[in-house]
Amino acid sequence: MNIVVCVKYVPDAQSERTFDSDNTTDRVGVDGLLSEIDEYAVEEALKIVEASDGEVTVVTMGPAQAADAVKKALQMGAHKGVHVSDEALHGSDAPATSLVLAEAIRKIGAPDLVITGMASTDGIMSVVPAMLAERLGLPQVTFASELTVEGDTVTIRRDGDVASETIVASLPALVSVTDQINEPRYPSFKGIMAAKKKPVEQWGLADLGVDAGQVGLDAAWTKVTEFAKRPPREKGTIVVDEGDGGTKLAEFLSAQKFL
Amino acid sequence: MSEVLVLVDHADGVVRKSTFELLTLARRLGDPSAVFVGEGGEAAAESLARYGAAKVYVVADPDVTAYLVAPQAEVLAQLVEQVSPAAVLVPASSVGKEVAARLAVKTGSGLITDAVDVRAGGEGVETTQSVFAGSYTVTATVTRGTPIIAVKPNSATPEEASAAGEVVPVEVSISDAAKAARITDTQPKKATGRPELTEAAIVVSGGRGTGGDFGPVEAFADSLGAAVGASRAAVDAGWYPHSNQVGQTGKQVSPQLYVAAGISGAIQHRAGMQTSKTIVAVNKDEEAPIFELVDFGVVGDLFNVLPQATEAVKAAKG
Ligand SMILES: Cc1cc2nc3c(=O)[nH]c(=O)nc-3n(C[C@H](O)[C@H](O)[C@H](O)COP(=O)(O)OP(=O)(O)OC[C@H]3O[C@@H](n4cnc5c(N)ncnc54)[C@H](O)[C@@H]3O)c2cc1C
Repeated sequence: MNIVVCVKYVPDAQSERTFDSDNTTDRVGVDGLLSEIDEYAVEEALKIVEASDGEVTVVTMGPAQAADAVKKALQMGAHKGVHVSDEALHGSDAPATSLVLAEAIRKIGAPDLVITGMASTDGIMSVVPAMLAERLGLPQVTFASELTVEGDTVTIRRDGDVASETIVASLPALVSVTDQINEPRYPSFKGIMAAKKKPVEQWGLADLGVDAGQVGLDAAWTKVTEFAKRPPREKGTIVVDEGDGGTKLAEFLSAQKFL
Repeated sequence: MSEVLVLVDHADGVVRKSTFELLTLARRLGDPSAVFVGEGGEAAAESLARYGAAKVYVVADPDVTAYLVAPQAEVLAQLVEQVSPAAVLVPASSVGKEVAARLAVKTGSGLITDAVDVRAGGEGVETTQSVFAGSYTVTATVTRGTPIIAVKPNSATPEEASAAGEVVPVEVSISDAAKAARITDTQPKKATGRPELTEAAIVVSGGRGTGGDFGPVEAFADSLGAAVGASRAAVDAGWYPHSNQVGQTGKQVSPQLYVAAGISGAIQHRAGMQTSKTIVAVNKDEEAPIFELVDFGVVGDLFNVLPQATEAVKAAKG
């Protein structure tokens, strides 16, 4: 079983996230890390491979710092890394990102499974997995809170709004996972040492046969025309409960016409 | 005027409120045409017409309904090809966004997700989004293909505008590849009688501070006619279903009123509720970060505050 896990390097949500002068997300001037939701994808891949055999390759597309996201996944136990980086990629939108990742996955070789997180912690769009499945022509089984691989089928459970569904697809397939699926491991000291010797390929667009005109800010299919920082919420009223906290709460709701 | 395709969100034929919101927004861009996938399209056409659908495309083919996202994207791609719409609006649910994602790649069209407003702008369809846990507002346009916009629930007030609602059955041919992922079992959720979380005007959420007893949270929610949400800590502990989780990896809600009880206000929780109009918190710890967001906060034990508030609300409502 060979698995490719797509991971993203994102600005740390605990830090001040902002935009660059060209209206793209600032990915350089802020602290970044492996998108936390992707840790669940790496963990799930490792569990599957540990229970059978095969290799886990992590692939990321992003600036030089994104190497940290690959490193973290290798420290957790992934076998190989691929870092796609190119000046021309700056400002790429989801269609371009999925194009590049799809070509990278083709170059890595036909995996049995492609696993991603359900969304990145910065964009929270949840569209790249579906776009990847479309581009690779793979069955798409997304938002898995449970996953089992048996023979050449993958089965997942997905918690929808009105029902919990069981979905079956034949391999190869693309799966995205939620944070319900497992408990990601912390890299062990041994894992951290071992990661230093693991191979990480550096690919540019030319290596993937992707034309620079198809990616980046200028080729984006959407354009941010304006952004504005929301004014901070005005400081609210805070009362300490002295036996009448509930009554005061109801009075506030009544004054605001919620009753 | 051009058609604007609106993908109908429905549960077994019952059209969700978010669809009426989309139809209302679609009228700003052209003539709304509803796209209904599943059984019950003809019956639903009446309500869709009431909110402005001039046409209702109905697709009841089992090749579409028994499978997941991919066939729906193929249906929409066929319609986009046929009618060259001014835009395609879909609900920003997880399925809606994935349908939109595949449609965008299929048709080479720009996609904007989680829009909270859609309008006709100088450079075509213009949208507003709220990003980075609600700390920024972004205006964006689509620069290629047919604008595909996934719109968040509660982004508009549904307004009636009677239209023809002509039912148009659609013949589709679905590729084998699109049928590769199959739903083999469906366990319906227990009906609670409460409004749907992402659609509700009021949401009352409980966290680790409930200690597992959601009784006071539910009672308060019911007094207000609200939906019940939960923090991930409460979900992870098994106290409430994951489908009720609010936050980065749960639902993103934007109600008129959000009440957080026994929730500290972690950044991942905020990502799901920060755009709520009015925010109220009940927390024992006056230092809890949730208090930075609130319009009204009570520092106190939720087991005292909520039952008292519930009684006061009931009394006020008579
Ligand atoms: C990848 C990732 C994704 C995540 N996604 C989400 C998400 O979608 N949604 C989400 O909510 N979290 C999410 N989290 C988790 C988040 O970081 C927090 O751990 C979580 O929100 C904490 O839940 P809580 O506020 O209920 O618990 P705590 O942080 O433990 O807070 C409990 C609060 O209850 C108060 N309290 C205790 N007893 C009482 C009482 N009797 N009366 C009143 N107050 C009381 C305490 O003072 C405290 O402030 C995610 C984390 C990660 C890493």
